[in-house]
Amino acid sequence: MEQMLHVSSNPHVRSKVSTNRIMQMVVAALLPATVFGIWNFGLRALLVILVSVISSVAFEWLYDHFMHKENTIGDFSAVVTGLLLALNMPVSIPLWMPVLGSAFAIIVVKQLFGGLGQNIMNPALAGRCFLMISFAGRMTDFAVSDSFRGVVDSVTGATPLAALKDHGFTQGSVSVWDMFLGNTQGTIGETSALAILIGAAILLIFKVIDLKVPLTYIGSFSVFVILYMLFSGMGFDGNYLLSHLFGGGLMLGAWFMATDYVTTPITPLGQIVYGCCLGVLTAVFRLFGGSAEGVSYAIIFCNLLVPLIERVTRPAAFGKGGKKA
Amino acid sequence: MKANTPMERLSNGILKENPTFVLMLGMCPTLAVTTSAINGIGMGLTTTVILAASNLMISLLRNFIPDKVRMPAFIVVVASFVTIVQLLLEGFIPSLNDALGLYIPLIVVNCIILGRAEAYASKNPPVPSLFDGIGMGLGFTLSITCIGAVRELLGAGQLFGKQILPLADAAAGKMGFEPITIFILAPGAFFVLAFLSAFQNKFRLGAAKRGIDPSNPDCGGSCASCGNSMCKGKRG
Repeated sequence: MEQMLHVSSNPHVRSKVSTNRIMQMVVAALLPATVFGIWNFGLRALLVILVSVISSVAFEWLYDHFMHKENTIGDFSAVVTGLLLALNMPVSIPLWMPVLGSAFAIIVVKQLFGGLGQNIMNPALAGRCFLMISFAGRMTDFAVSDSFRGVVDSVTGATPLAALKDHGFTQGSVSVWDMFLGNTQGTIGETSALAILIGAAILLIFKVIDLKVPLTYIGSFSVFVILYMLFSGMGFDGNYLLSHLFGGGLMLGAWFMATDYVTTPITPLGQIVYGCCLGVLTAVFRLFGGSAEGVSYAIIFCNLLVPLIERVTRPAAFGKGGKKA
Repeated sequence: MKANTPMERLSNGILKENPTFVLMLGMCPTLAVTTSAINGIGMGLTTTVILAASNLMISLLRNFIPDKVRMPAFIVVVASFVTIVQLLLEGFIPSLNDALGLYIPLIVVNCIILGRAEAYASKNPPVPSLFDGIGMGLGFTLSITCIGAVRELLGAGQLFGKQILPLADAAAGKMGFEPITIFILAPGAFFVLAFLSAFQNKFRLGAAKRGIDPSNPDCGGSCASCGNSMCKGKRG
């Protein structure tokens, strides 16, 4: 009889969704972009991805081991960090750079602040920005040596986004369709908007992410670019807008990195504010900044604003506030 | 060791109350000028001279300065010494003067100097105050030289301006060190400061746990042969 009465404190109903389940879903959703990246940029891309993932997991294990903490490599978050970091790198990168980047991402940004759930910004993006500031030349060198398909081999030099910044959308530009499919230069994981959208659909179907942040991000970015086109005398140009949307890291950033649970506001209104900040900042960095790309800086900057946004948008508890009688 | 003796003041400034790593004072020059070890030494020694001189002067004047206007009085004293040192640097070491630039006049409002004037020199006799200033200054010099050396090594592969790590040359196909530029930039200062503070904390706390007070050279770091019941090591 005593066996039948299970006494425990609340909560009594628990979701079956666990951290490592979510992280596994994210890895699965990144697979289309990963596979496309390897197909696009050759076996070396696979090597970069493996080095990045393995070193991320290794640094997580080493930190836990030497600081006498509970081993946390089982929650798959280090795998996600390593994978995202690799997808944000050009294929020709020397292999020690992903190792250095993941050391910075895992140890400095994530573990020193208290591990998963406490990191102040997205570890993978912080790792990328660390490398970007340190080795700007290497991180923007998009030369491809061996590809499985031969399409990209002939395209060397500037990314579509850099060309767009210098010359605007011209006859010689990479077509919007090619950018959507991914027949272009860029980092390993960012080129194909299609592959990223397939992954995003997986995340949406399984309710790992919701639409608020990505849609407000992409929406406010588009509005800003349209306003820029109208006021700078360029006139409305659909190709220019779509090139900005499908070129560079905007899609990867909006669907996979801006939606990171830890560094996103938890209040619904806060998520909308956060998405708008991201879109406007990305557009400002891209249109007025020194470099062609601004997604990663915009995201880590907004990550730092999250505590503030949450504070401002905290909803009133039921029964509090409202009109005083 | 007896309090307020010259040796005690020196070791207090360098180890026990190291202004940079323990008191966390003087962060502005610490973060701004430590792009190389040479700059660190230059800034540190400049500060040391001013700190020692102003501590001595304020200690001598401590009975004449009314309590209500002590801050302006301290600033006048410190600013006079800063002006003297700046003119000397301009005349005799112009290269250092150029490297430190704006941060020399800013020594006037350096919180280590005002902090020592307020916390020590205005309450203690001149000789301990002078050594307190020298100790604090040397502690500051040591700390920012360490930070500068780490940043210079990682950010440029150099140490005191000498190329320690051979640089890679992509054109010649030569393998070598690729400078991690971020360490020369502002974020690098924060990273290095944080890591060095963490390491010295680990060292100090670890030593305190084992009953050794590293800041007390009197007992040779061992409490067994020491009769001083006020020693920090005995407390833990």
